Amino acid sequence: MLHAVGLFAVLFGTWILLSGHFTPFLLIAGAVCAALTVAITLRMDLLDQQRDFVGPVWRLPLYWLWLAGQIILWSLIVARQVLAPRLDIDPVLQRLPCSQRSDLAKVMYANSITLTPGTVSTDVGDGEIEVHALTRAAMEDLKSGDMDRRVSATEAKRTKAAAADAP
Amino acid sequence: MILDILSWISIAIGAFFVLVGGIGIWRMPDLFSRMHPAGIIDTAGAGFLLLGLLLQSGDWLVSVKLVLIFVFLLFTSPVATHALAHAALLDGLKPWTRRRDKARDKDGEP
Amino acid sequence: MMFLAAAGALIAAMVLALARAFAGPTVYDRILAVNHIGTQTVLLIAVMGFITGRPDFLDISLLYALINFVATIAVLRYVKRGRSTADKES
Repeated sequence: MLHAVGLFAVLFGTWILLSGHFTPFLLIAGAVCAALTVAITLRMDLLDQQRDFVGPVWRLPLYWLWLAGQIILWSLIVARQVLAPRLDIDPVLQRLPCSQRSDLAKVMYANSITLTPGTVSTDVGDGEIEVHALTRAAMEDLKSGDMDRRVSATEAKRTKAAAADAP
Repeated sequence: MILDILSWISIAIGAFFVLVGGIGIWRMPDLFSRMHPAGIIDTAGAGFLLLGLLLQSGDWLVSVKLVLIFVFLLFTSPVATHALAHAALLDGLKPWTRRRDKARDKDGEP
Repeated sequence: MMFLAAAGALIAAMVLALARAFAGPTVYDRILAVNHIGTQTVLLIAVMGFITGRPDFLDISLLYALINFVATIAVLRYVKRGRSTADKES
């Protein structure tokens, strides 16, 4: 229920931010549209159920800042390789272990890998992730597990109930 | 004035990254290696360009829309790239590797 | 002035991607190229809005970003579906 209210708030907030008009008609229309979307979402049972993994949310901005730095760094490296007179690339395709437990964190990890130029995630499995890297250096950087640890740190700590639940 | 200069620098960096991405898409040897320079367009190129525009906007509505465009790009582009790579691998496309290229050189083929 | 330079860079990159869309050996190369032409179009529309001084263009840009993503996924599904049905028929 809280989740549905949150979804409504996000949708209505997006409406207000995008319209920028505050006439009563547009506000009511926005509320009706948001409510309709929430109703359809509930009817289609699309609200996700994995609620017990949401961890320290305040760590997310810190992670995004680190990720932005990483993206700029690797953009420069890949840009140098693209502009080099002779192509000096050595692509590898490899499976790496990943330590995330929730689907959300796994998606976050895979998307972070893809967002960083030089590495692309090609398959997400159970406890491992397939990565294509442009150079061996990029693969080694990912293998050090730095990004993996930072994504896992945004997850909730393993509680006793969750530990008993998970295999 | 300082904001103007900062935004020009940012737009110039963004345009540079977009160009690099375009060159990379044309230059790389196969699909999987092409995805990496293409990723530069989505992240660094779009990021710096929109940051430069953001510094020029001066209106909160415009700023919010620019930020939203960037957020949507950040959410959608890795998913699209991942789906593309996954589909290509399932279809049996083999990534280009350096070793295979050397073997081909030995055989005397171009 | 800077906006025009940015638009020029975007168009140049789009031409390169378009060349790849024509030349690409596999259908996935073409999808990748078209997807990134779409991304560059989003940026180009935003820059055009600033060149002409009409920030309303940003709404179109926002919409285009979403449509671009949905279109890529839809084309991918279509390619996969088409391949599998063709296999069944043969």
